[in-house]
Amino acid sequence: MEEVVIDAKDMHYRELNEKIHQILRENPDVKKIILKNVLGQRFIGNGLQKKDLTIEIYGIPGGDLGMFMSGPTIIVYGNAEFAPGNTMDDGTIVIHGSSGDVTAHSMRGGKIFVRGDVGYRSGIHMKAYKDKVPVLVVGGRAKDFLGEYMAGGNIIVLNIDEKGNDLGKVKGRMIGTGIHGGAIYIRGEIDKDQLGVAADIKEFTEEDLEKIKPYIEEFCKWFNLSEDVKNKLLNSKWTKIAPISKRPFGKLYTPDLM
Amino acid sequence: MCGIIGFMSRKKRMIKGDKIAIALDSLKERGNGKGSGYVGYGIYPTKYKDCYAFHILIDNTPKFEKIKVEVENVLEQYGTIVKDEEIPTEDGIIEKIHIPWRYFYEVDEKYADREEDVVVDIVMEINDKIDGAFVISSGKDLGVFKAVGWPDEVAKFYRIDKYGGYMWLAHARYPTNTKAWWGGAHPFNLLNWSVVHNGEITSYGTNRRFVEMFGYKCRLLTDTEVVAYILDLLMRKHKIPVEYALSALAPRFWDEIDKMPEEERELHTAIRLAYGGAMLNGPFAIAVGTPHGLIFMNGDIENDTTMFGLTDRIKLRPLIAAEKDDMIFISSEESAIRKICPDLDRVWMPDAGMPVIARPWK
Amino acid sequence: MIPSYVPPKYKVEVDPNKCMLCERCTVECSWGVHRREGDRIISYSNRCGACHRCVVMCPRDAITIKENAISWRSHPLWDIDARADIYNQAKTGCILLSGMGNAKEHPIYFDKIVLDACQVTNPSIDPLREPMELRTYIGKKPKQLEFDFVEEEFDGKKIKKAKLKTKIAPNLKLDTPIMIAHMSYGALSLNAHLSFAKAVKECGTFMGTGEGGLPKALYPYADHIITQVASGRFGVNEEYLMKGAAIEIKIGQGAKPGIGGHLPGEKVTAEISATRMIPEGSDAISPAPHHDIYSIEDLAQLVRSLKEATRWKKPVFVKIAAVHNAPAIAVGIATSDADAVVIDGYRGGTGAAPKVFRDHVGIPIEMAIAAVDQRLREEGLRNEISIIASGGIRCSADVFKAIALGADAVYIGTAAMVALGCRVCGRCYTGLCAWGIATQRPELVKRLDPEVGARRVANLIKAWTHEIKELLGANGINSIESLRGNRDRLRGVGLNEKELEILGIKAAGE
Repeated sequence: MEEVVIDAKDMHYRELNEKIHQILRENPDVKKIILKNVLGQRFIGNGLQKKDLTIEIYGIPGGDLGMFMSGPTIIVYGNAEFAPGNTMDDGTIVIHGSSGDVTAHSMRGGKIFVRGDVGYRSGIHMKAYKDKVPVLVVGGRAKDFLGEYMAGGNIIVLNIDEKGNDLGKVKGRMIGTGIHGGAIYIRGEIDKDQLGVAADIKEFTEEDLEKIKPYIEEFCKWFNLSEDVKNKLLNSKWTKIAPISKRPFGKLYTPDLM
Repeated sequence: MCGIIGFMSRKKRMIKGDKIAIALDSLKERGNGKGSGYVGYGIYPTKYKDCYAFHILIDNTPKFEKIKVEVENVLEQYGTIVKDEEIPTEDGIIEKIHIPWRYFYEVDEKYADREEDVVVDIVMEINDKIDGAFVISSGKDLGVFKAVGWPDEVAKFYRIDKYGGYMWLAHARYPTNTKAWWGGAHPFNLLNWSVVHNGEITSYGTNRRFVEMFGYKCRLLTDTEVVAYILDLLMRKHKIPVEYALSALAPRFWDEIDKMPEEERELHTAIRLAYGGAMLNGPFAIAVGTPHGLIFMNGDIENDTTMFGLTDRIKLRPLIAAEKDDMIFISSEESAIRKICPDLDRVWMPDAGMPVIARPWK
Repeated sequence: MIPSYVPPKYKVEVDPNKCMLCERCTVECSWGVHRREGDRIISYSNRCGACHRCVVMCPRDAITIKENAISWRSHPLWDIDARADIYNQAKTGCILLSGMGNAKEHPIYFDKIVLDACQVTNPSIDPLREPMELRTYIGKKPKQLEFDFVEEEFDGKKIKKAKLKTKIAPNLKLDTPIMIAHMSYGALSLNAHLSFAKAVKECGTFMGTGEGGLPKALYPYADHIITQVASGRFGVNEEYLMKGAAIEIKIGQGAKPGIGGHLPGEKVTAEISATRMIPEGSDAISPAPHHDIYSIEDLAQLVRSLKEATRWKKPVFVKIAAVHNAPAIAVGIATSDADAVVIDGYRGGTGAAPKVFRDHVGIPIEMAIAAVDQRLREEGLRNEISIIASGGIRCSADVFKAIALGADAVYIGTAAMVALGCRVCGRCYTGLCAWGIATQRPELVKRLDPEVGARRVANLIKAWTHEIKELLGANGINSIESLRGNRDRLRGVGLNEKELEILGIKAAGE
């Protein structure tokens, strides 16, 4: 069986997740699992590694969606609660709504696309190594402390509403506070006093545009955005935020040897 | 960690208590069964509407009668007990180590000009001086129902489904500091103030010593208690407009204040200077039910109950708000709201330190 | 005098193998310890006070200073000091003079208090990457705020708006809760004062003039300076009062409660004479009480008189030594229109004080802050006045604990001098400070470069400020007003029940 449907109504998350694992054990060929009536069940997709698997969620998944996940694709038709993609290793999460605080916490690989807004401290402690470069693309806005402690990867904020219109001036504060690797790309102008410590506004070059283009295109595909919107996104003014140095706090300490 | 949920019908429609219980039950993963509680506003709509409804928990021991007499002595000092009875409970769900009792009460006429202060004094006296009794709510036309147990257990125990209210707040507890006991569960109430709180107040030592300067006594062994007293002090006693009082609890940052135009800057500086002891530090998300008569920044005086939600300035706890028609919801998680209202007109995440204020429609 | 001969405390040795006979030590030592004789340096150890100047300046590290290993028969009651003091007094018939703060082995309560850190139930906050607010306002605060509702026109519409009616009295704005204590010009050199002034301006905080007046060289820094009005009223005129950012009435000092100030004649040079308006070479005495303050109501009069003279534009502080009824005095100060009460504990330093006062009079600052803070709260007054603590603050943990016990800010005295190089040798009253800090001799004063000194003091304040931010973050607090009086963040180790009760803290484990 390639496609399985589970009605998660009134199901506790342990039962739901056990059912998912059971299906994977019994049907190694399954390609799609559809969950209906999801309402707050946590830890869906935790630790799953099957690369050619899609999980479609109808409803509101609870916290830590796809935590430690390394391979599958999860599509959410609704909002997500806190920390979707927490410590995610690989795979894709697509959210047709908004998500809560610490979205993409400690993400180490894979891609997350959120159509709406994300909460506070999203992308915190994202990290990258060689070809494992995580990406978080946010369609609307991010709240304060975006990319705190970021050590690698890319965060892209598109600043558009449900219809594709501009949302106006970006309001976040403490952006990239403590960043020491990776980069944050925000569509629109940012003032220096919106940045956190150790972050700097760097020149947005052709190279940067080439780097983020494929992710913007993928975003538009997932959410069926028109060519017009896509072109607007690619041709806007972008602000690139990157670390001042690899060791922003190196000078703070003195050995206790006097 | 705890879970909170509150909702209000801005048309003041009566909603049965089972709804809040269902919503809270879906948040029980955030608690550990060591306490749950509910408060309903508008639950005594008929004969006793204008009486103070004291909900008091008395130890279920051989000393019960004696303690009850002591409680009644305090009450009778300042007014009349119009009616009193045991709050109806369901057997076999929670061990009844306390007996919940309610007193419908009127303050003596001669204290009419400081009626509310007298009620606060009564609450402080019972909590401080009477061993074996403590007040869990002291408001008019509202009542707190709380105990040690899971959300559905406490709801069944108190038969919440039999009450109807236009506003309900609820809380599932996962204690962070003290051992679990009935008095430590939320909501915390004083007069018509009720607070449910998710988080831990690191400034509790400072806050407690601040409110104790004004006669409040923190005896219920839980940091949340102090929030109710701070709100009562700032908004009822000092009559600070709501938005400014809430800004004392979650003040603007100095670097934001420095950039404000002069008048605003002086105002926010004054708030931090005068009410530094009221600032709540540490992660928090609170939902609050309020008394009548709050003053707003634009001079409006709200003659009815209001509800508001607030988080700490650096957003260490989740809070989601939502509306559908006349209903407005505040909760730790969206799924708890959708459990009882699957279709929502608008869902949003309030900004850190910025309140969501709900007022009844005129 | 043979019966009074006390062997030298230290043994100074110049290693002839290393020594290159540059004779630097003979110049650097202001006490006359070293002398060139032939092809060697001879050292008079009995003149040495272990101030390390020669050790540090010797290009060959050829000098060692050791405890002079002459054994005294040990005795639990008659320690060396007890015997030596008697030899001294038998010889001279005088009051023993000493410097710095209480040198007796009393418990250091700061070291018996430990701090909390947040885990699991509460996140600790990272002060480097998240906001951490240390800004402190010192001054009178209102009991409550009152608002008027005023109709305004906005965008063509009439709307009502709440406007603040309560006026807030002038407050000092500190970027960090650490200020530099009052050490007079006279006790300290002008270069020491200049170092402090530059440092506090850079760090956004304040320093005190001490009772020696405000030398003109410090005028550019005046809006970071608190002028002091002590019982001798040295240098006090209208210009002085209006110049600084605030005024402090010095009633007492932790090192010598009940006695006034004493600047030995050796240190009253021409400049000091001019600033203080007394004859050169005469001792500068500040009487014990202000002779216009014999009771609490008199203090209120002085506070108001100063405010009238400065048109109520400057905060006025009152500094008292920590004594038994400090809480009651503090309540009196709080109701007198004063803006802050400064409490100086018995570890507070001094240039010159009778040893018997320094070591036996006064109470520890930890107890004093706790008691004053508690008492002000019982009277419902704590919110309206600031408390500044001083006396033996050695590190950032002490500052943190002082604030948690109830202070708004601290003054550092000895610590600021140590930042300039002071070794706490305790001979300030001789005026021979080889580091150029506590002296008026021009050849010594010029050893202290105010730019270098300022850098060092600013470094100290900044380093402590960072550490305090880390400690606050670990306690889950991101704004200092939530630490003030927050005894819950403290626990006691090795304290008895009474001590715990007075400090208002629980024992570790509770």
